[in-house]
Amino acid sequence: MSLYSIQILNALSLAMLLFLIAAGLSIIFGLMRIINLAHGSFYLLGGYCGLSVMARTGNFWLALVVAAVVVGLVGVVLQRLLLQRVQDNELGQVLMSFGVLLVISDFALWFWGGMPQTLGRPEFLEGAFRFDSMVFPKYRVALIACGAAVALGLWLLIERTRIGAIIRAGVDDPGMVRAQGIDIRLVFSLVFAGGAALAGVAGVLGGAMLGIYPGADFEVMLQAFAVVVIGGLGSLKGAFYGSLLIGFADTLGKAFIPDLAMFTMFVPMVAMLVIRPNGLFGRA
Amino acid sequence: MIKTRFSPGVATAVGTIALLALGQGLSSYGIGLVIDCLVFAILALGLNLLLGYTGLPSLGHAVYFGVGAYAAGLMYLHVSTNFWLAAVVAIVASMAVAAVYALLALRTVGVYFLIITLALGQITWAVAFSWRSVTGGDDGLRGIGRPDLGIPGLSLGSTESYYLLVVLATAAAVCLMAVLVRSPFGHALRGIHQNGPRMAALGYNVWFYKYLSFIISAGFAGYAGVLFVFYKGFVSPDVVGIVISAEITLMVIIGGAGTLAGPLLGAFIVILLSHLVSGFTGRWVTWLGVLYVAAVLFAPQGIVAFVQDAFRTRRTS
Repeated sequence: MSLYSIQILNALSLAMLLFLIAAGLSIIFGLMRIINLAHGSFYLLGGYCGLSVMARTGNFWLALVVAAVVVGLVGVVLQRLLLQRVQDNELGQVLMSFGVLLVISDFALWFWGGMPQTLGRPEFLEGAFRFDSMVFPKYRVALIACGAAVALGLWLLIERTRIGAIIRAGVDDPGMVRAQGIDIRLVFSLVFAGGAALAGVAGVLGGAMLGIYPGADFEVMLQAFAVVVIGGLGSLKGAFYGSLLIGFADTLGKAFIPDLAMFTMFVPMVAMLVIRPNGLFGRA
Repeated sequence: MIKTRFSPGVATAVGTIALLALGQGLSSYGIGLVIDCLVFAILALGLNLLLGYTGLPSLGHAVYFGVGAYAAGLMYLHVSTNFWLAAVVAIVASMAVAAVYALLALRTVGVYFLIITLALGQITWAVAFSWRSVTGGDDGLRGIGRPDLGIPGLSLGSTESYYLLVVLATAAAVCLMAVLVRSPFGHALRGIHQNGPRMAALGYNVWFYKYLSFIISAGFAGYAGVLFVFYKGFVSPDVVGIVISAEITLMVIIGGAGTLAGPLLGAFIVILLSHLVSGFTGRWVTWLGVLYVAAVLFAPQGIVAFVQDAFRTRRTS
């Protein structure tokens, strides 16, 4: 029993982490039709920024804020300076963002070194809750709550606010939004910054759970794409359910069929692309 | 279409002779470098059929390179040290994998094609990584020697003789590709690239042409894999991964997609730059990243098109 409960907890916490990363990737694609392979770099950069802040101040919350701000700014620069110039060229976006991914990974390797490092956690989240024989690490429980709160917040933002209405309208018909006198370019940059910042925050949260290391950017990028493809490119709801699916597939795969663990992510992804390229919740 | 002054046949002959002459003057390091360039040139040449002529941007072409390399290595280690046998088996293996993957990938279009080829590449990487008993897992296949040509008196033992083989093999690949793209088949691929629905309306089986293009393109990659593995003597899962796949695509784009010379030029540029820059600094990856961005920003049509444009304006003015 405790074996299952801890695996379910692990799966849920991974799923919520993936959601923080994939939500931005998905909305950015839905709104701007930008395929950004450097999204994994936002995670990496966020984690390392958090690491540096923690080393100086030991303040976890400050680490979260700094990671969000720094990575958000990097996102805006990337979008304004580079990706915007290849708006309708998918292969161009892929190659360009892959180049950016390489530059950032090499920079991180130079600046923070090649050893895997783990971020400290807030003190009150150390340890575990215990019920009978079942043990639940507090940090993972908090991460699940945090992910769920962000999911709810994003949903409210997109469904219930004016900026959300603009984003939804932009997904459907950006030309019409512009014709209403709305500065869609500003909305694009805000959304890009927001998506990047979320991935940066995920880097801090994930860095305290899984550690941060060279190559995490590739790993996270591939996982986020698996999530987004399964859920449906451009769909927030899809990113949420896709994260749950990949979180469980990955965790349970590693726990129960370790020989096939590397396939539990990509095989569903390919199957989804073949059967239903628009994913569970994507629109044609 | 612009008429070039040299026919591909003449250009290939000149290039081959130049490379053979160059081989006499180079150190063994230099020869190894050119072998690297030529292997990637064949790889880029193959991808170009799919990406440049057919308009299908595969982001998983390292798969077929890797399958070719692994298959040739396994043949050498377990079956026979004959070069021709290993080459045929490896190329067929690459094309067979492509025949399956293309069935899946061609169900998608546009950005989804990019993503599915990337995902199939990761699956293949995972196979190479996890299937320890066959592929050696993380360590890869080691101890692959130079194969026998089966021709008395000719040995591939020295780097110089292997260089000769690679130069001639590249020339053969270029000639084959030149014939392919000038054939009715090649014209049909270009037609599909420019206007698929119209080609369908004209009675072409568009899907089948794309399918064949995918498989032939993979065959070239497998061929490059054979030459690669017998030169290096080992192969590891890295060969199959996204880093190589993206690099081949970069080569095609930098040189010029949809031209015969472009991919060859692109391969030489990227490989030579990597060696040159690595000599100065340990930060080659940064420069490679910058190269990606610069290529997309400043030479999206490739260097060959850039040069052709320059010539065209000079002639008309």
